[in-house]
Amino acid sequence: MKRYLAPLLITGILVSAHLSFGILEGYSRTGLAILVAIAAEMIMGRLTYGRWPHPASAYITGISVGILVRSPFLWTYVLCSLVSITTKYVFRYRDRHLWNPSNFGVSALLFLAPASASLLSIQWGNVIWPMVVIWILGSVIVWRVGRLHISATYVASFLGLSFVQSALTGNPWLAIVAPITGPMYQLFIFFMVTDPKTTVRSTRGQMLVVFLVAVAEMVLRLNEVVYAPFYALFLVGPSAILIDEWLRSRETARSLSPAM
Amino acid sequence: MNARALWMVWCVVLVASLVAMVQLNRASVGTVATNNRFGFSLTESARSLGVDFVHQAPVFDRRLEHIMPQVASVGAAVAVADFDRDGWPDFYVTSSADGSLNRLYKNQGNGTFRDVAGEVGLADVNRAGTGVSMGAVWGDYDDDGYEDLFLYKYGRPELFHNDAGKGFTPVSERAGLPAWVNANTAVWLDYDRDGRLDLFLPGYWSEDIDLAHLKTTKIMPESFEYAENGGRKYLFHNLGGGRFEEVSEKLGIKSRRWTLATAAADLTGSGFPDLFLANDYGIPQLYINKGGKQFVESGKEAGVARTPKSGMNASFGDIFNDGRLSIYKTNISEPGVLVQANDLWVPKKNAAAGSPAYDDVATSVGVDLGGWSWGAQFGDLNNDGMLDLYLTNGYISAGERSSYWYDFAVIAVGHSAIIGDAANWPPMKGRSLSGYQRKRVWLNDGLGRFTDVAQVVGVTDTYDGRSVALADLSNRGVLDVIVANQRGPLLIYRNAVQPGRHWIELALEGSASNRSAIGARVEVQWNGHTQVQEVHGGNGFSSQNDRRLHYGLGAATKIDRLVIRWPSGQGRTQTIENPAIDTFLRVKEPA
Repeated sequence: MKRYLAPLLITGILVSAHLSFGILEGYSRTGLAILVAIAAEMIMGRLTYGRWPHPASAYITGISVGILVRSPFLWTYVLCSLVSITTKYVFRYRDRHLWNPSNFGVSALLFLAPASASLLSIQWGNVIWPMVVIWILGSVIVWRVGRLHISATYVASFLGLSFVQSALTGNPWLAIVAPITGPMYQLFIFFMVTDPKTTVRSTRGQMLVVFLVAVAEMVLRLNEVVYAPFYALFLVGPSAILIDEWLRSRETARSLSPAM
Repeated sequence: MNARALWMVWCVVLVASLVAMVQLNRASVGTVATNNRFGFSLTESARSLGVDFVHQAPVFDRRLEHIMPQVASVGAAVAVADFDRDGWPDFYVTSSADGSLNRLYKNQGNGTFRDVAGEVGLADVNRAGTGVSMGAVWGDYDDDGYEDLFLYKYGRPELFHNDAGKGFTPVSERAGLPAWVNANTAVWLDYDRDGRLDLFLPGYWSEDIDLAHLKTTKIMPESFEYAENGGRKYLFHNLGGGRFEEVSEKLGIKSRRWTLATAAADLTGSGFPDLFLANDYGIPQLYINKGGKQFVESGKEAGVARTPKSGMNASFGDIFNDGRLSIYKTNISEPGVLVQANDLWVPKKNAAAGSPAYDDVATSVGVDLGGWSWGAQFGDLNNDGMLDLYLTNGYISAGERSSYWYDFAVIAVGHSAIIGDAANWPPMKGRSLSGYQRKRVWLNDGLGRFTDVAQVVGVTDTYDGRSVALADLSNRGVLDVIVANQRGPLLIYRNAVQPGRHWIELALEGSASNRSAIGARVEVQWNGHTQVQEVHGGNGFSSQNDRRLHYGLGAATKIDRLVIRWPSGQGRTQTIENPAIDTFLRVKEPA
């Protein structure tokens, strides 16, 4: 059941937001992104592992792309989904993939095709209740899957560092924290930084990594990078996994070595 | 296949996908011409024509000082009309600083213009306490044969009666206009076909705000794309005798969206003009006119109001020469930050009568990405028989190496409690926001594709363009382009079209219909083409083209017929067989 919680939450968010505020230009683009992600996962998973993979992960990737990417061009949805899934099969270390798939996909799209696409960067409506619902539902679900500490650490870090940013830039504090009140951040907080496949294993390590993501994001924000959270996770996430794996291999080697 | 080989395959797929992203991104910016083989050129000639106008931006309450370039980012406008009936198109331009003077450029018929605004009483209209000019539209509201002027402001709107081309008298009080409206657009139309011009005036900022004297800084939109705390809409029904009655709510227009542009045309074939509103911070609105008795908002059903964007232009054009009027709305596209893309809605051929339905084809025809787009106008610039599209753009050109985009993107996503208070907006500190942008002159190839030829035909300015108006300023059978720039000089691009391309221009005058013939629909048929145009009482962004309709005919030497549907209550049509070409045709509505 746990496996379906995240897909159900993100689908619920998408459908209710679209019905309430018409956030999508139509279902076709999001549908296309989902379709491509699942198809790519099925083909690559089957060929690589000899069995059909569960589509839940690809579904989340596809729907995330469909919600996040804003573009008049259908190809952006197709390629973003395809790149996202493909990275799972290309960038692997000790049987773990290094990047959160949609984080890689949207980062690549923004970096390589800036004239063709942007990301969701607005409120859904002009009232707070959609965000409150997402916060409550999202918190319950990540708590059920044992990852609430990651989301909570990120939010606390973001808010804490926003005072530093405000002091350094002279901008109003409310302007600095404005982004976290938007839906783009909810997807980031509940679905990207908590991705079990691309986070380190220890609880403390997870909290440290997500704090470092917030720090990297602040550095990028001070350099006026609009989509700072995605790039921050893009940079910090894989580095953390590599270090995590290296530390684990050292521990394993130590435990296997004969006692002196 | 072994694991290593498979991994190699996935690597190839990934690299190919990334390369495809780069290539398709390059292709998506549209086709840009590199040499001029298009049969026309545009030469900026304002000064040599005697026009040296430079727009001055307003200065508002000092609590807005940190974002002044944004709140004071509009007001440069141009509206064309032959105000003195001498056969030569003149134009009125607005300035927006307290105490600055608007100008009325009289066409002297010898290739030069002279400012006569002071002489006729249309210059000193930005006096302190009355608000500042945002634009104007011409229309003969009393059917005396002379075009009157309605001036909309962030302030007190003014109606000026044209006294036989010799002077203008303010008549706002008698007309019953409101004391204060913050508007960026207005349009004349005869919504009930009673033969008298009515006036639609949709607000942008709420009308209880005087930007120069704020009571609070909580004046900003409550959302970047869902704001409904803008200005109210006014529809003034012309009662005759210079009096108007405000009927918007009675007729079903109750919106408080932030309207930046509006235009009217018969989009359903009913014979009554419908209203299209391009709204900032939200979805556009399409008000279908139900027999002059009610307006029904039908944007969502028609497919034009699905996605909230930052609408800044409303213009209509029959781009396929098949008698269907498409709607062009401009929005924001800033690479890497916000790609809203402009919209070009083409009516579906199988739509039910009275229920318009549209497909957005801006991307497929190549008129979607135009930067921070403002005014745009359809017109046949090279007389090849197809309507082209001129677009101006650029928001705030300040520091060339510094951008406000990051801070703008941060505040734009904020909750209404944050974005809605100007005090929370990060200071601009002299930075640009989508400044110094290259303009677009999209040439219609007649095959469903538009090519940007701006740079090769001579449109190379990078001012912060706002308003575009098209007019044949020298009565030569070609469309010249007038562009009003915010805090910049007024530009006149004089058009030179290569010989051998034919044309016709129509000057209509109503009798049972309003005398300006606003709302008249003309269908010109030649050589298998059928192009429809309507006489507009304002369109684009803060602009109005010359009321004379211009048709390019290409190499055709004969027009089969033209069919005029007059906007009077009788819905009368008039057919003229084989009219002469390469000439001006004056047509008076038959009695």
